[in-house]
Amino acid sequence: MSEPPAILELRDLRVSLGGRRHWLRRAVPPVPAVGGVSFSVREGEILGLVGESGCGKTTLGRTVLGLQRETSGEIHLDGRLVSSAQPKRARVERNDIHYVHQDAAAALDPWWSIGRTLEEGLIIHGGRTAGERRARVREMLAAVGLDESVLPRYPHELSGGQLRRVTLARILVLQPRFIIFDEPTSGLDMSVQAMVLNLLLELRGRLGLTYLFISHDLSVVERFCDRVAIMYLGRIVELAPTGTLFAAPRHPYTRALLAAIPRLAPEPKRAGRLVQSEPPSTACLPAGCAFSNRCPHVKPACISTEPALENVLDHHVACWRWQELRSDARAA
Amino acid sequence: MSEPILEIRGLRLAIKTDEGLANVLDHIDFAVARGRILGLVGESGCGKSTIIRAIIGILPPGAEVEAGVIRFDGEDLLGLNEQELNRRIRGSRIGFIPQDPYLALNPVFKVGTQLLEIMRWHAPDEGVRRGERNRRHRTRILELLRRVQLPDPEAAWERFPHQFSGGQRQRLVIAAALASSPALVIADEPTTALDVTTQQQIIDLLRDLVGEFGLSMLFVTHDLGVVAQLCDDLCVIYAGQTVESGRTVAVLDRPRHPYTRALLACHPDRATAFTGIPGAVPSPFHAPPGCRFAPRCGKARPACAVRRPRLVDHDRTGRRVDCVLYEPAEAVGA
Repeated sequence: MSEPPAILELRDLRVSLGGRRHWLRRAVPPVPAVGGVSFSVREGEILGLVGESGCGKTTLGRTVLGLQRETSGEIHLDGRLVSSAQPKRARVERNDIHYVHQDAAAALDPWWSIGRTLEEGLIIHGGRTAGERRARVREMLAAVGLDESVLPRYPHELSGGQLRRVTLARILVLQPRFIIFDEPTSGLDMSVQAMVLNLLLELRGRLGLTYLFISHDLSVVERFCDRVAIMYLGRIVELAPTGTLFAAPRHPYTRALLAAIPRLAPEPKRAGRLVQSEPPSTACLPAGCAFSNRCPHVKPACISTEPALENVLDHHVACWRWQELRSDARAA
Repeated sequence: MSEPILEIRGLRLAIKTDEGLANVLDHIDFAVARGRILGLVGESGCGKSTIIRAIIGILPPGAEVEAGVIRFDGEDLLGLNEQELNRRIRGSRIGFIPQDPYLALNPVFKVGTQLLEIMRWHAPDEGVRRGERNRRHRTRILELLRRVQLPDPEAAWERFPHQFSGGQRQRLVIAAALASSPALVIADEPTTALDVTTQQQIIDLLRDLVGEFGLSMLFVTHDLGVVAQLCDDLCVIYAGQTVESGRTVAVLDRPRHPYTRALLACHPDRATAFTGIPGAVPSPFHAPPGCRFAPRCGKARPACAVRRPRLVDHDRTGRRVDCVLYEPAEAVGA
């Protein structure tokens, strides 16, 4: 079986945030926001990154982009090592990667017309005449389904869905190959969300793009992504093709998440509420498996050693007991 | 059947703005039956929040109710003045769970102090000494905090709002809404900001509380999945008009109004392709006189643009569809 080549590969990526030392005051230790993440994104796929708030999804996205410097680990882009570079250099190296912000309205300058915003990236990158720039902007506006009448308008004059399209067009003019979407559908109405997702699918096919789709909305991820990575407190706990993951989740956390999706047709009897309480902060992780203090299947081994992400038939899972639990589920 | 706890009939409301008169609500009709949860569903800007504000009488300046009644427990709320609303209705017989609990709590006071104040307003216990009254109120609040499953209520009493997580803050404001033993609780998208596992816990909690305290609830949301999980009845709003209402299961299984169908077809659980609903919501400044969905509706007839459908209950369960396609034949001929 020939797999498409990996466009992006992360190896044991760790990111710590904050932390402060002072000779008089007590030192504040840094928070390990991302703790040893390894996965690869294949050319042309949509990889969903799912997790609860505070699990490090956004930090991971920012680190891949180069806005946040990794503490340790490697990032490979097209097989080329692009990590451990100075921040400015990192952005140049990772020019193929672009990022769409969660809040489209906040990501656009309210004092700049849409046309000026769209052209800015091209001016920074240089090498084009004004006429070429305008042609490129028009081409991408058409690609995202907007017409030229929005060019002289300002962000407050556009609707939420239109703003998403503008933020998308803004990076498409730069010809990215890999786009990181941070919660692209949050705050959108269902009817608008469907149109935005449809547009993203179409653009991927037309422009040959690869997406990292950060989201907490599992029902969207289920319909939209090729593979899904589940993140919990800075770690990937499970990664599998979408169909496999939703049909046969292996990690207890994934099962809890899937059981909590508010489905349109509620199952008459749910298999109990799997998780109570809320996740602990990344600053004070439990020993061993990060999920051990909420897991209903915890064993002494889970508390002593952290499980590694093991790969069985393209289904990665980090749990000591997934094989036992799977046979339990079958027996039941 | 006993009369509903809250009934809104033919509510029409307009707001005067610098740009002219905005016809925000036009023919809003629904009822919250006693002991049941009604889900009020609509996309942003459809008037959900304005409906809530009209019920509890906190409309923005320039807003005027042009027609209709809001009847709560047999009493017309629109006829009450500010003082009566404050003393007898808001917070005491109608509890409110806000969308953002962090904005609803005062950041500079301890949680216990804030909850005590609510009790003092709505359950004054006249004739009891202050110390004795405070002790009683405190016991009652701690009991409520335990009931909403807030970990360690005694310690929570001394803490400030920022020291709680999002889910815990939501539990706090739920306890606050229940403090005065209201008959009706209005919840304004209380789970949108929460993670799925926390959302599930809050939904379970709300359902249990409604049964236990004999409450009725108006649950406002845009998430049909949450409605399917929690609500007994459902009312769909589009651009300030009621389009369809009935039992949740019936409406979700067999949606009739073209808008309800289109909306359900957008839900990731149902969608065959991501199509969305083409077109845009009409502006309240130039709203068409008839059905406001008509310009985007695939089945619209010339009549849709000019007149509202005659409303009929379709069956004994109170199913209603505000669409000319479902008018009985004799009504169309008339």
